[in-house]
Amino acid sequence: MDLRVAHLYPDLMNIYGDRGNVIALSQRAKWRGIQVEVRPYSVGEWVDPEWPDVWFFGGGQDQGQDIVGADLAGKNGSALRKSVEGGAAIFSVCGGYQLLGHEYVPEIGPSITGVGILDVTTRAGKKRFVGNLLADSPDGQLIGFENHSGRTYLGSSAKPLGTVIAGNGNNGEDKTEGAVQGKVIGCYLHGSCLPKNPWLADRLLGWALGRRLKDVKLEPLDDGDELAARVQASEVARTRT
Amino acid sequence: MPDALALIANAAGKLTREGLRATGRGATALPGLVALTLDPNFIRALSAELEHGVACVSGTNGKTTTARMLADISRTAGWEPIHNRSGSNLDRGVAAALLAQTTWYAEPRGNFGLFEIDEASLPSAIGRLQPRVVVVTNLFRDQMDRYFELDALAKKIGDALAGLPADTTLVLNADDPLVANLALRRDAKTIFFGVDDPDVGGVVPQAISDATRCPRCKTPLVYTRVVLAHVGEWSCPSCGLKRPPRDVAATKVMLGPDGSEIALAGTVGSIFDSVRVPIPGLYNAYNALAALAAARALDLGLAEAIRALANFRPAFGRLETIDYKGRTLRLVLVKNPAGFNAAIGALLETGRTPRLVAALSDRDADGRDVSWIWDADFEALAPSVEHAVITGLRGRDLALRFKYAGLAKERVEVVDDWSAAIDRATTLAPEGAEVVVLATYTAMQALRAVLARTGATVPFWED
Repeated sequence: MDLRVAHLYPDLMNIYGDRGNVIALSQRAKWRGIQVEVRPYSVGEWVDPEWPDVWFFGGGQDQGQDIVGADLAGKNGSALRKSVEGGAAIFSVCGGYQLLGHEYVPEIGPSITGVGILDVTTRAGKKRFVGNLLADSPDGQLIGFENHSGRTYLGSSAKPLGTVIAGNGNNGEDKTEGAVQGKVIGCYLHGSCLPKNPWLADRLLGWALGRRLKDVKLEPLDDGDELAARVQASEVARTRT
Repeated sequence: MPDALALIANAAGKLTREGLRATGRGATALPGLVALTLDPNFIRALSAELEHGVACVSGTNGKTTTARMLADISRTAGWEPIHNRSGSNLDRGVAAALLAQTTWYAEPRGNFGLFEIDEASLPSAIGRLQPRVVVVTNLFRDQMDRYFELDALAKKIGDALAGLPADTTLVLNADDPLVANLALRRDAKTIFFGVDDPDVGGVVPQAISDATRCPRCKTPLVYTRVVLAHVGEWSCPSCGLKRPPRDVAATKVMLGPDGSEIALAGTVGSIFDSVRVPIPGLYNAYNALAALAAARALDLGLAEAIRALANFRPAFGRLETIDYKGRTLRLVLVKNPAGFNAAIGALLETGRTPRLVAALSDRDADGRDVSWIWDADFEALAPSVEHAVITGLRGRDLALRFKYAGLAKERVEVVDDWSAAIDRATTLAPEGAEVVVLATYTAMQALRAVLARTGATVPFWED
C-alpha cells in the first residue's frame, strides 16, 4: 500500500506551521506500514496532476495568496477540480480554504475568484480573529489556533466541519467552523491541526487511500500523546481565550 | 533641561521602581508605564539630552545579544550607555531603562542611549527616539499571533525608516533580502554586514523560508548559498535586485563549541584583526558582525570593539551556562523557527548528542500560537537527542512534535512541574555532563526562577 501526498504551494503558502499537517499524514501512514511520497505542486506547469491521493493547501501571506490565486485561475485550478472529481481528497487551512471557495471579497477593489471546489464565500472583515479555537463535531472535538480577518460563509452544498465552543471560527456569527464537501475539507485551524486532531487525520487518510483501493481499513494507533496535547490545548482555549 | 511634566513623570516612575525593587521585583517595565502615562513625551524629552545620541537595535532574532555587544563596545570607548539590557523592548521598557539611569531631577546618568526595540514597535519608537543609528539584524516569522504577516511588517518598518532624517545611518544585514531591501527605499548612509565565507551553510536543511520572492518585484529569488532560511547569497533574476556589497564582511568563520573566530574584510580594503566571539553558533557570529557594523556607524574604533567582543558575556538564556548539582546547564532561548533552527544548528555542529530540557509555553511573551514548532526542524534534532524532559504550559504539544519528528518514546518524558523537570534531567545526566535547556521566554523565566531559588544563578534583571 502506498500514499501519495501533494503539498500545494509549499514555498508560498507555508506560514503558521501548517506543514505539520503533511508531517502528520505522512507519519500516521508510515506507522501503519504504508509507504508515503510527498510532492510539491507550486506556481507554473504541474507535472502529473492526476498523481495525488490527497492534497494539502495551507495558509499564506497576502503576497503569496495573490500569486497563488492567479495561478489557480488558469490550468492548475481546472486540474485541481478534475483531481477531486477523480476521487482525491483535499485538506485546506485558512488562506488555502478561502481560495478553494467561490470568491474572496476584499474591503475595496474587485473580488478574487476562487477555485470553486467548496461552496463557500469569504469577505474581508475589519477585526482579525486571533486566538485558540475549540469546536465540537459529531465525530470528535477539534482544537487549533485561528488567525484570520476573512469571514467565510457556507452555501448549501458545504456542511460545517464543527460547531464553535471557544473562539470565532468561520465568521464569528453563526458558530460554524470549517466546511466539508465530499472529500474536501477547509478550516481555520492552525496548530498544526492534524497532529492534535488525529481522528480528522485518519479520516483524510481513509479517503485518500480509498481513491485507488477498495475496503481500506486503518489499524488504530496509540494516540495517547495526541489526546494529552488536545486536552492541554483545549483547557487553554476554554480558560484563557 | 526636561520640562515640568517630564520631571513629574520621572519622579513617579522612579518611585514605582524603588517600590518594586524594595519588594524584590524586576522593575523592567512597570515604572516606564507609569512615566509614559503621565508624560507621553517622556522618552523624547530624556533621550534628546544624550550627548552621543541614540542607537536602536531591532530585528527578529539577535537583538538582545547585539545590543549587549554594542554596549560593551561603547563602554570600552569610554561612553556611558543607558540601555534596556534585560531585553524589555517595548516603549515601557525603554522608559524604564531611562528611569533606572536618571537623577531625581530627570538628568540622565549616561551619555548614549542604546535601545533594543521590538520589531513591531520600531516604527513608533524611532519617531520618539530620533536615533543616529538603526540596526536591523534579520526578519523571520515570529509570534504570528502578534506580528501577523512578515511582508506587512517589513513594509511598515521600511516606511518608518524612510521618514528618518538623512543623517541617520542604517546598519543592515546584507544577507537577508527583506532587511537589505529596507535600505533601497531611502537615500541615506547604510552600512551593510554579512558573511562571505563560501563554506558557511548550516548542517540543518532549510525547511522553512519567509522570503522566497524578490521583495521588490516578487520574482522567485535565486540563491547561490543558503545560510539559514532566506538568509544567504541571493539575487533576483528579473529586476536585478541583489545582495548589496558588504561594508563589514566575514571572509572566514571558524565555529567551535565555545565560540567562533571571524576573519574580517572591509570594502575599503583594510584587513582587520580576526575577531573572537566567545559564544557559540553562527547566529552569534552574525550578531557580532552587526555590533561591529554599528560601532563603525557610531565612529567607534574597531580595535577597541574587537577587544570588547572578546570579553563578551551572554545574556539571559542566550547560551549562558550555569553549574547545577555537578552538571552544566546550557540555557538556550528559542521563540521562533529560525531561532530554533539556528540554535540546534549550533548544538549539532559540535557533534553533541544532547540531553535536553525542552519547555514550551504560550503566554503573550512566548507567542500564544504554538504552531511555530511545526515549522522548526525537529527532524534534524531528533536523531541526535540522547534524552528529552519536556515541560511548560504547552509541553504536551512539544512532546507531540518530538514524537512526529521520530524521537523514540523511551527517550521522551513529560514532567509538568518546572522544578521536577530540571531535577529529572539532572538526575538522568552523568556527573559533569551538559544538559541543554531549550525554552520559550516565560518558560525560561520560570526555569531560571527555580534555579535562582537554589542559589545556582541570579535573577535576570540583575545581570
